Amino acid sequence: MMRAILVFGAVLFAAVSAPGLAAGEPQAQPSAENGKLVFAKWCAPCHAPNPKLAGTLALQTKYQGKIPAALEQRSDLTPELIATFVRNGVAWMAPFRKTEVSDADLADIGAYLSKRPPSKKGKAR
Amino acid sequence: MAKLPPNLAAATFADGVKAMQSAVGAEWVFTSDPDVALYRDAYSLFHDEPEERIASAAVAPKSVEEVQAVVRICNARGIPIYPISTGRNLGYGGAAPVYSGSVVLDLKRMNRILEVNEGNCSCLVEPGVSYFDMYKHLQATGSKLWLDVPDPGWGSMIGNALDSGGGYTAAPYRGHFEAQCGIEAVLGDGELLRTGMGAMPGSQTWQQYKMGIGPCLDGLFRQSSLGIVTKMGFWLFPQPEAYLSCSVDVQRFADIDPLIELVNELEYGNIFNGMPSVTSPVLTRGNPAMFAEIPAEAEMDRLVRETGLPAWRFSVSFYGPEKVIRAQWEHVQERFAHFDGVKFRENQTVKLPIPLEDMDKIAKNRFGIPSLDIFAVGSRSPSNPEPSHGHIWFSAIIPRSGKGMVEANRVMRQECARLNIPLFMFSPAVTCWTRSFVLFAAVPVSNDPEENKRLRASVLEVIQTCAKHGWGEYRTPPAFQDAVMNSYSFNDNILRRVNERIKDALDPNGIISVGRYGIWPKRLREGRGA
Repeated sequence: MMRAILVFGAVLFAAVSAPGLAAGEPQAQPSAENGKLVFAKWCAPCHAPNPKLAGTLALQTKYQGKIPAALEQRSDLTPELIATFVRNGVAWMAPFRKTEVSDADLADIGAYLSKRPPSKKGKAR
Repeated sequence: MAKLPPNLAAATFADGVKAMQSAVGAEWVFTSDPDVALYRDAYSLFHDEPEERIASAAVAPKSVEEVQAVVRICNARGIPIYPISTGRNLGYGGAAPVYSGSVVLDLKRMNRILEVNEGNCSCLVEPGVSYFDMYKHLQATGSKLWLDVPDPGWGSMIGNALDSGGGYTAAPYRGHFEAQCGIEAVLGDGELLRTGMGAMPGSQTWQQYKMGIGPCLDGLFRQSSLGIVTKMGFWLFPQPEAYLSCSVDVQRFADIDPLIELVNELEYGNIFNGMPSVTSPVLTRGNPAMFAEIPAEAEMDRLVRETGLPAWRFSVSFYGPEKVIRAQWEHVQERFAHFDGVKFRENQTVKLPIPLEDMDKIAKNRFGIPSLDIFAVGSRSPSNPEPSHGHIWFSAIIPRSGKGMVEANRVMRQECARLNIPLFMFSPAVTCWTRSFVLFAAVPVSNDPEENKRLRASVLEVIQTCAKHGWGEYRTPPAFQDAVMNSYSFNDNILRRVNERIKDALDPNGIISVGRYGIWPKRLREGRGA
């Protein structure tokens, strides 16, 4: 079994998302601040900047350093692309359901990772 | 594309959906194709085939009362429902129902940690509580208690226990169903049952004594289609003072029988409490996750001489006061001293709690720290440039003896080679449970229906081969649940027949987890759901 040891303990202390938010209703104004917390809970265990993590390892192998392997260091991500991967998965990454990452949370991750000024409408489906 | 429940009038289903929307709120009933697609098994061996198990809808209640309401709505209309906790049972079915057309009852929103009892070292949780959630809670509250975690930390404590998941810390906690104490479950008619001491109103010992009075009913809910577990208690491990991991290397093929006999005596005599392992450095020299076929005695001894690598390695670990575990390790060394050429090694001593800066020096799952590190084994990487689309687990219980381990390794390796089953992990002696070994083989799944069809037929053959040797799987994906249940065939499959009698009594309309682990309601029994 895999014994790679990685540090992401600190992110586990972060509170995530607004409780009780409806699954299918994106907030009017995506919050990059909340997106950071949602990312820490749901994405960082595989996508934090550590080359041994599943997602970071896969993207390093795929892009060979042409673009950063860690998602938070990318400048080319869009909310649409993030939503596609979160809701469809890829290879061993299974999709995330709306009871895990709500549409509002997804829009927030999009705002956080795309480094764009938040738009008026959530882009996630 | 969502699939409606077979043999149910569309109007009845639509009426049920409407009633569920009233019960839990319309936003928590998912019926659109994209939303229902999120409940597909991402690692399905039926991917994109007509037989792929697809839900009709999903409903996500927030409370026990809402679960009861949904069950009553579905029971009155004959709508099949399939409860999931966090839906992350990947490799064993994921979030998808066993029977297409079922409504997935997604319990992720029921995520309350109801109690952590520091004095009794126990907790009571809802199904949506993941290992990550509980770890975070224990850390935030300064608890002295540890969790036992399986490889992926996003799973549900309850869901993992109900499918008999296992972990990596001390013996009483590694078997997650065995570490449970007290279940609350909603039955097929919406009634609420509490097991053990929980059956007594005002009980103060629900998480302290499992049995209560009369027949012990907890087992009814393991890998079950008899109820929906809404609360479960667990025993937790008080953080020890220190951890010590060591290994014992022996040099001859013939050492395996006396080695495992001694490992067993020492573990059952409480000389060590950490998870042991028995492997072969010489046979895993290519890849530690791939145990090669064990050759004949003379050949293995020759390989040992040529490579200088030990024939067998017993890894042992201890949790406790440092003085005590050092004395235990000394005793282990004394007991193995008579093996020719034995070599002892101390690998790691860790004083607890672990300072944050040392986190990257330890195997997290040995310390009850959840992660998703395991997924790196299947990631795109220089050694795996074309990753698979997922994997399934083959998980057979085999004897905890040298002879049993060698035989199971050879039979399984030869079967996988004969049937050309690709493997990315083959590990014949895992010890989540103390009294048996588990032989785990991980099989990559494809997105090519022809290849998946071939894999399904091949795995069915392996199940039969194992059964002929008396080795049964303890857990399996839905594609093989009928075959595995059928292999437990003593006295004309009385195990399955008794389960069916209980199913008929507790869930006469046959709505809960239809077909799970080979138990079908009366109306579908003949064709096993086909």
